Amino acid sequence: MIVDPRARPWLLSAPALVLYATFLIVPLFMVFLISFFDFQFYGGIQRVFTLKNYVEILTDGYYYEIYARTFGVAAAVTLICLVLGSTEAYVLSRMSNPWKGLFLMVVLGPLLISVVVRTLGWALLFGSTGLISQALMALGLVSGPVNLMYSNLGVTIALTHVLVPFMVIAVWASLQRINPSSEAAALSLGASQFTVVRRVIVPQIMPGIASGSIIVFALAASAFATPEIIGGRRLKTVATAAYDEFLNTLNWPLGAALAVLLLVATMIVLLAANRLIERRYSAVYN
Amino acid sequence: MSHLVLKGLTKRYGNLTAVDGLSLSVDQGEFVSLLGPSGCGKTTTLQMIAGFVEPTSGSIVLNGKDLGRVPANKRGLGIVFQNYALFPHMTAGENISFGLEMQGLGKSECRARVAEALKLVSLEHLVDRHPARMSGGQQQRVALARALVIRPSVLLLDEPLSNLDAKLREEMQLELRSIQRTVGTTTILVTHDQSEALALSDRIVVMNQGRVEQVADPFSAYEGPASQFVGGFLGKANVFAPCPEDYEGQPRARIGEAHIEMEGRPVPVGAVIVRPEKILFSDPSVCALPGRLKTRVFQGNHWLCQVDTSVGEVSVIRQNDGQSIPAEGETVYLRWRAQDMRPVTPQEGAP
Repeated sequence: MIVDPRARPWLLSAPALVLYATFLIVPLFMVFLISFFDFQFYGGIQRVFTLKNYVEILTDGYYYEIYARTFGVAAAVTLICLVLGSTEAYVLSRMSNPWKGLFLMVVLGPLLISVVVRTLGWALLFGSTGLISQALMALGLVSGPVNLMYSNLGVTIALTHVLVPFMVIAVWASLQRINPSSEAAALSLGASQFTVVRRVIVPQIMPGIASGSIIVFALAASAFATPEIIGGRRLKTVATAAYDEFLNTLNWPLGAALAVLLLVATMIVLLAANRLIERRYSAVYN
Repeated sequence: MSHLVLKGLTKRYGNLTAVDGLSLSVDQGEFVSLLGPSGCGKTTTLQMIAGFVEPTSGSIVLNGKDLGRVPANKRGLGIVFQNYALFPHMTAGENISFGLEMQGLGKSECRARVAEALKLVSLEHLVDRHPARMSGGQQQRVALARALVIRPSVLLLDEPLSNLDAKLREEMQLELRSIQRTVGTTTILVTHDQSEALALSDRIVVMNQGRVEQVADPFSAYEGPASQFVGGFLGKANVFAPCPEDYEGQPRARIGEAHIEMEGRPVPVGAVIVRPEKILFSDPSVCALPGRLKTRVFQGNHWLCQVDTSVGEVSVIRQNDGQSIPAEGETVYLRWRAQDMRPVTPQEGAP
C-alpha cells in the first residue's frame, strides 16, 4: 500500500491518538460543555447555553474563598516540598552506596501506600486526643489540646507528606546529570560549601526543581482525598466543592464550571512559572 | 628551598594501598608529570594535593606551610579536570570570573582579569558563550583559564588532554607548555600518556602500584630507565638477558647467537633493555642477532618491524629515510651498540 509520506506519522500515532482522544479529550470537552448547561432544582439539568454558573462563581465570595484556599494550600505545599524535597534529594545524592539506595526506598516507599490510608493515619495523629496534641501537652508547649483536624495547617502537612516524593524524584533525576567534579572545581576556586550549593548546584538542578514544583502544585491544587478527610466539610477546596456539587446537590453544571475554572487557573499559574524559570535558566535547559 | 614537598604520602583504602610513601620535592615554576598506568595512584596523589582526599599518613608542604589541616577551598590551587567540570549554566566569562568573585575582587578588576585570562588562551571572542556550545578544545582552554586566573600557587592538571582527538591534543600540548612557561606557575600533570609526559615535563615521576619507580627528566628517564617497568611504560623496549663471556681477554655479552663486544665496558648483570629505534638491520656478522622478519607496519615517518629470533620477538623501528626495509619473511641480522644496552632492575611482581 502506498501512503503519502506526510500522512505516515499521523497513521503511526493514530492508535495512541484515538486512546488519548477517547479517554482525555472527550471527557474534558464534555465537562466543558456541561459547565454551560442550566440546573433547575425541580427540573434537573437543562440543555441550554448559559453563563449562569460562571457568573455565580465569579460573583460569590464563598467561591473566592474556596479558590483562595485551594491555591494557598497548593502554593504552601509546593514551597515546603521544594525546600524539603530538594534538600532530601541532595543529601541522598551525597550518601555512600548501600545507604543511598536504602534511603531512596524509604523516601519513595509512601508512594506504595494508598493516599486514603496515609491520610487516615494523619487523621489519627491530628485529632485533639491524637499523638501530636498529647505530645505537645506533655512537653508543656501548649496549655490545652491542639486540634489540627479541619485546619489548613493539617491539610498542608498531610498533602506535603503525600507529594514530597514527587519532588525528590524530579530533583534526584537532575542531580544525577550534574558532573560531580563541577562541585570539586568550585571548591578549588575558593567557594564555601554553601556557595557551591547556591551558585553551582541549585542553578543546575533548576529544571528538576521546576518540573517537580509543577507536578506538586498541579497535584496539590486538584487533590481530593486529603482535603476531604483532613479538611472535612468545613474546609472545602475546589475539588471537594466540585465533588459535592456533582454527587450531593446533583448540580453537575456548577460542579463542571468549578472544575473548568480550576483547570484554567492551574494552567495559567504553571505556564507562567515555567516560562519564567526557563527564561531565567535557559543555559541549563539545552 | 623547594616550593611543594610531599613527604611519605600514603593513602590506604582498607587493605588496598593506593599511594605508598610517595616523597617528592617540586621547585618553583617546575612542570612535573605523574605518569603511570590506571590504578597506579597518580590521581589519588593529585587529589591529596588538591585536598579532596585525606592522606592516611605523610605530609604536603607548600611554601613551608603544612597543608594537612587546610580545606580544599582554602588551598588556592588551580585545577583542570579531565572532563573540564565547567559550570554549564555560566558563560565562559562567568566561569572564569567565579574564582575571582570568591576572592572578593571588584567588578572592574574581575572583568580586566577575565579578559586577560581569555587572551592568554586566545578565546577573547567567546566570553559570552555557554560551554554546551563550545568544542572540546575550547572548553579545555576555558577550564585552563579558569584555573590560572586565580593566580594559583600550584596548577594541577588531571589528564587534561585525554578527551581531545590526537591532532588537537598535540596542538594543546604545545600551547599548554608555552602558557605554563609564560605564567611560570608550578604545575603538576597527571597522565597515562607517555608522549604527553615526555613532551611537557621538566621532570617525570613514573609510578606503578602506588610506588614511585623513577624520578628523572624526560631524556634520562627514556634513555636510562631505572626499571624494566619504566622502560616498558616509557616507549617501547626490548628486554634481553646477556651472558658474560671472555673472548681473547675482551669481555663480550652473548645474546642468543650474537656476541657483542663491550669495548671496555663491563658486561651488564641481569636484564638490559634496548630501544627499538637503536637496532639496525645489518649484514651477517658475529655481533649480529639473526632472525626472521615477521611483520612490518608502515607508520608514515617510520616502519615498525617485529623480528622472530632465538631470544624471542624483537621490535625494530626504522626511520622512513629512504633506505630499503627487508620484506616480511626475509632473514635479517640485528645489530646494536654496546652502550645502547641499558641495565634495568627486573620488574617486581611482574605478571
